[in-house]
Amino acid sequence: MTTVERAGAAAAVDTPVLEIRDLSVSFPTETGTVSAVDGVSLDLASGEIVGMVGESGCGKSVTAMSIAGLLPASARITGSVRLDGTELVGTRESVLRRVRGKEIAYIFQEPMTSLNPVLTVGRQIGEVLQVHERMTRRAARARAVELLTLVGIPSAAQRVDTYPHQLSGGMRQRVMIAMAVACGPKVLVADEPTTALDVTVQAGILQVLRDLRDRLGTSILIITHDLGVIADIADRVVVMYAGRVVERAPVNDLFAHPYHRYTAGLLSASPTPGRHAGTDRLQEIPGLVPVLSTQPDACTFADRCPAADAGCRDSAPPLEVARAGGTDHLAACWHPCPSPRSQIEEVNR
Amino acid sequence: MARYLLTRAWQSALTLLLSTIVVFFGVRALPGDPALALAGEDRSPEALEAIRRHYGLDQPLPLQFAQYVERMAQGDFGVSIRTGTPVSSMLTTALPVTVELSVLAILIATALGVGAGVLAAVRRGRPAEWLANALALIGLSVPHFWLGLLAILYLSVATGLFPASGFVPFLEDPVDNLHHIVLPAVILGTGLAAIIMRQTRSAMLDSLSSDYVRTAKAKGLRPRAVITQHALRNSLIVVVTVVGLQLGGLISGAVVTEQIFGLPGFGKMTIDAVFQRDYPVIQAVVLLTATAYIVINFLVDLLYSVIDPRIRVTGDPA
Repeated sequence: MTTVERAGAAAAVDTPVLEIRDLSVSFPTETGTVSAVDGVSLDLASGEIVGMVGESGCGKSVTAMSIAGLLPASARITGSVRLDGTELVGTRESVLRRVRGKEIAYIFQEPMTSLNPVLTVGRQIGEVLQVHERMTRRAARARAVELLTLVGIPSAAQRVDTYPHQLSGGMRQRVMIAMAVACGPKVLVADEPTTALDVTVQAGILQVLRDLRDRLGTSILIITHDLGVIADIADRVVVMYAGRVVERAPVNDLFAHPYHRYTAGLLSASPTPGRHAGTDRLQEIPGLVPVLSTQPDACTFADRCPAADAGCRDSAPPLEVARAGGTDHLAACWHPCPSPRSQIEEVNR
Repeated sequence: MARYLLTRAWQSALTLLLSTIVVFFGVRALPGDPALALAGEDRSPEALEAIRRHYGLDQPLPLQFAQYVERMAQGDFGVSIRTGTPVSSMLTTALPVTVELSVLAILIATALGVGAGVLAAVRRGRPAEWLANALALIGLSVPHFWLGLLAILYLSVATGLFPASGFVPFLEDPVDNLHHIVLPAVILGTGLAAIIMRQTRSAMLDSLSSDYVRTAKAKGLRPRAVITQHALRNSLIVVVTVVGLQLGGLISGAVVTEQIFGLPGFGKMTIDAVFQRDYPVIQAVVLLTATAYIVINFLVDLLYSVIDPRIRVTGDPA
């Protein structure tokens, strides 16, 4: 699968903080190898928020975990992940440990289980500072109070000594964020950070993330299956399907003109005010994400795609510039959705 | 908390009363007569009658029980029928031996069990785990009286590394005391160590695959910190529970172990008392054991809330 890289003067802001090139991950299992990620390439510029969407099981989380080498030892990883030009794939554990929590930090989905139930939140935030900044326990605790204030936790001085179960879900996720940004990481990977939270709390958490980007210039990779979250926070979007990137575009472009059939399916499967106006049924995408043992030279979405033909099953579509004019909108589809312009042309004809 | 303590105290008192009743009537329901045991050669009805009258054994059982409870409440455990010495003074010499043996056995078992359990979980599927599992299986399935005999045979008689039997009070000579008691304590602890190892291993496997351990790794902590501060702390509750539950087994194990190593503890005293139908001694021993059980279970409950802040101590029934 060839990847046409982002071109054009408009997109070339500066060198990206995080460069993922042709990343592939597979796991040996009892029933054979499972290919989870296949040739994913992605850049994250300084201060940029990139959203990664897709159904469950399409390789989003595996991609995220592989960035800082957090996958189990059995995972086979090829390709390249560079942080400020430093290669991370295949690097020694001791080097990766210095990167984790300091340069690349994570926020996970379920803040109840992701925080240690038997340690105070202050201890858990302070731990990062003690490890990476060589702070004393006392200094780390004082900094933890500041961090809790930063992520919008009221009366942080008291909350610092509470245990996770004494806080609400939203507060816990703020604690996770405080922990993640403690050392001012360059990259923040948020894996479904709002999925376990209700909508009002979700908005608060997204606001915190936006604030952090604005204040600290952190680049954020946010993984979600919720297009509403993407629309709310992301600058650019990467759509994944069955371990591959199928579409990559600035957020407004993607929502206005989805190009890949899968993206279009995702959009019509999520309730958007105005689009359905309460009368249309939500369109579901029939079938499930396939579990692949090897990556076929074919479009992996073909079996679920309304526009698929024999050609789609014969060769994999490359990820390339989707239409003239928007050079930063890439898609991997042989039969893309018609763009508005071609629709207009058809009408005029 | 005050309400909890009150409920707890009330429950404990009830348990103690019930165990007193069971033991008092239980030993008397056993076949055998202390008067016969004491009379020796002179088994004339008059002599037996005199002995019974002397120890109050001719009274109706309910009256005997009432008198017993009354004396107990005043801290009087009575006088041994067999030796004629006050039971309380017998306890003061025997109790320290058993307490030392049990505490040492628990400490050794916990250290070995937790260590091996953590190792087996961390080195899953590697030789270290197989070795730990094999040792645990041996510890569980080989009776410790037999292990004790082997230990005496090879470590005491053949090589002379440890004394084969006997006891020196700690205050007299601490080093010699430990020298005498380490081997019995290790033998007594083997079964418990094996149980602790298995429970620790499975609890550790659980916590090692948990989300908070993933978070700890993502923070860049060293493996040692991830294991001890995050995974093990969450597994400790299992260890405490197991130690609390296995206490009964430990006490009965101590009885046998003391017998094998000739330690002048509780166990030897109990066995002698049972054979001689020495009612006051049996009653005192059982009551003391029950009290120890209650106290330790109470401490275990308190420890829970120290280890896991989610567990709060309240007076509400669980």
